[in-house]
Amino acid sequence: MTLYTITIFSENTVGLLNQITIILTRRGLNIETLSVSPSAIEGIHKFTVTTFTDREMIEKVVKQIDKRVDIIKAYYNTDENLVYQEIALYKLPTGKLLAQGSVEDLVRRYNIRILDITGVWTVIEKTGRYEETQALFEELSRTTGVLQFVRSGRIAITKSNVEQLTDMLAEVQHKLAAANS
Amino acid sequence: MNKKPQNKHRPLSSATATAGCDCQPPRSINGSQALMEALLHEKVSLLFGYPGGQALSIYNALYEYSGRLEHILVRHEQGAVHAAQGYARVSGKTGVVIVTSGPGIANTITGIADAMIDSTPVVVIAGQVSASLLGTDAFQEIDVIGVTQPVTKWAYQVRRAEDLPWAVARAFYIASSGRPGPVVLDITKNAQVETIAYRPATVTHIAGYTPVPDAAPECIAQAAQLINNAERPLALAGQGVILGRAETELLAFLRKAGIPAASTIMGLSALPSDEPLNMGMLGMHGNVAPNLKTNECDVLIAIGMRFDDRVTGDLQSYARQAKIIHFDIDPAEVDKNVKAHVAVLGDVKETLPAVTELLRPAAHDEWLASFAAPLEKETQAVIRPETAPGDGPLKMGEVVHRVAEATGHDAVLVTDVGQNQMMGLRYFKFKQTRSVVTSGGLGTMGFGLPAAIGAKLGAPERTVCLFVGDGGLQMTIQELGTVMQSGVAVKIILLNNDYLGMVRQWQELFFEKRYSATEMKNPDFIGIAAAYGIPGRKISRREDLDRAIREMLDAKGPYLLEAQVVQKGMVYPMVPAGASITDLIMM
Repeated sequence: MTLYTITIFSENTVGLLNQITIILTRRGLNIETLSVSPSAIEGIHKFTVTTFTDREMIEKVVKQIDKRVDIIKAYYNTDENLVYQEIALYKLPTGKLLAQGSVEDLVRRYNIRILDITGVWTVIEKTGRYEETQALFEELSRTTGVLQFVRSGRIAITKSNVEQLTDMLAEVQHKLAAANS
Repeated sequence: MNKKPQNKHRPLSSATATAGCDCQPPRSINGSQALMEALLHEKVSLLFGYPGGQALSIYNALYEYSGRLEHILVRHEQGAVHAAQGYARVSGKTGVVIVTSGPGIANTITGIADAMIDSTPVVVIAGQVSASLLGTDAFQEIDVIGVTQPVTKWAYQVRRAEDLPWAVARAFYIASSGRPGPVVLDITKNAQVETIAYRPATVTHIAGYTPVPDAAPECIAQAAQLINNAERPLALAGQGVILGRAETELLAFLRKAGIPAASTIMGLSALPSDEPLNMGMLGMHGNVAPNLKTNECDVLIAIGMRFDDRVTGDLQSYARQAKIIHFDIDPAEVDKNVKAHVAVLGDVKETLPAVTELLRPAAHDEWLASFAAPLEKETQAVIRPETAPGDGPLKMGEVVHRVAEATGHDAVLVTDVGQNQMMGLRYFKFKQTRSVVTSGGLGTMGFGLPAAIGAKLGAPERTVCLFVGDGGLQMTIQELGTVMQSGVAVKIILLNNDYLGMVRQWQELFFEKRYSATEMKNPDFIGIAAAYGIPGRKISRREDLDRAIREMLDAKGPYLLEAQVVQKGMVYPMVPAGASITDLIMM
């Protein structure tokens, strides 16, 4: 089993996410992470989904997602072809954080940012890969204790030079122009 | 947070053109009237439907368009979809259904799922509660998009009248282009009654939707090379040949290189039954020769078919020796079940001639001749005893065979599901394409009667023969009312064995003859038909068969011929589920 990152471009129409999940549901695939946001192209959203499966299955599933009329383009990558990040927020008890006396050490070792501090709690942020945000979580659980914790879905950028969608849209425009001329 | 995008009600991605002349001012009409105009713009002339609360405005508009849009009132919404499927399958046009919200659209799901798996172009239009009531559990509200998305090619909710012309154009474009399929339009009450300035819309393109993928020239060349080097090629024709209107191109392809071919049940009638290269039907109850030869050929050429498990049997032992060429319009079908050595994407009407062009004429006489022995074996062991038993009770295959002969092999075959279906498909014969209407992928009992109604309306000049069992007929028997009211001249041949025959067959073979819930106590079917004003006759003796068939065919309108057949008949040959296609049971 490999973790695959599926990238999907679509206009964010009502029920779009459902169209993606029903295909994963039929194949019995779990969504590990999910992130949805506007893409670089106006009016088009990017969905980033990760799931554990094998090569043969991901191939079939992505073709079936790509086939949906409302989906502009879907493709998949493995980690070696991607630069990827997640973001995690940690709410810690301020007293314990100060008492252990190593805030500077924590900031330097984990490259964290402090977002907010009150006398009761402190919220810190760390971006990184799953293993990195998890390592910090485990350390803080042992030292200060963690009051609240949240981690985002993965976002990812391919290591190829251009966004695959740009190529595809250009090709569509070209064909359309040819058909209309 | 970036700024919230403007509240767009519809996707931006389709190129929408307004048709007609700019000098004509747009007409001010309400949404329901705009729907009628948009349907006419799509050249729709026939609708199947059932009215109800949230479709009242649509039906009110239909009242004034009744001269141009004929409406067939069914007795249950499932029947409307199956009828639209039958109509689409024989005519090649898109079938159209109108139903109300809630239970109305919910009752269509079986038909929509059937159309999805069998790639049938159908547009289902449903009334919906007003946009202001959506999500409030209003009377007869269901989440139509959520419920239908898994079984549609596209499902869209229209919440404003001004979106109607565009949405209808897009629905028909999607349903009929590329690999066809069902589309649902869910139209809220307010969108039906709001007034708009109507202009017809046409959709010719949707960004990110490629109905026909481009064929790679190197794949065409590779396919031709494999076939040219083949000693034992075998072609498998699916419904893609019919949907792609490539029957002539298929024949030219087969004849040039002397390639024997077999059909999936959905591909039947693409090739005439008497074509010497036509080796019959594939699959669980298909002919022996093409099933065996699938595992002997050196190049297997699949054309517009999807390697359904009922065709392949156990995949681990399926055509392992062969190089596989897969022609399909849907890239998601390539390598889904069977890995292709060469995939030829695109429209078979173009790809087949492109490959044919590169083929060297060949005959493969020895290979072709090798089909004769298994055919002879099947004829002796199965076909003759089934179609001409001589004595004993009537057999299903015998009835099908006699009806096929009496219609000169030129009728449309509609089947229900089960033994009646397999016997119909095995023993009916075809002269022209689009002569088979059956529920292939979903196996929907109850499909037959409404599908036959639609088929007759889609091909009024042809004789339409429905073979149906006593179980399946009772699943949609209410459509006899539609036959009566609309005077649809379907010839219904009820193969009555007082059992759910196919299930009983499986119980006999695989469950130690424990006939759990398969015996049927049946009503007087002829009496029921008579109550609907449909003439009929029940027979159980061989000597009455031909005369009864003649009476049925000579009747001007609909007719029910009930044949009381052998109770515990079996459909053979049979490849048990999950077995290799060469492990077939002959008797």
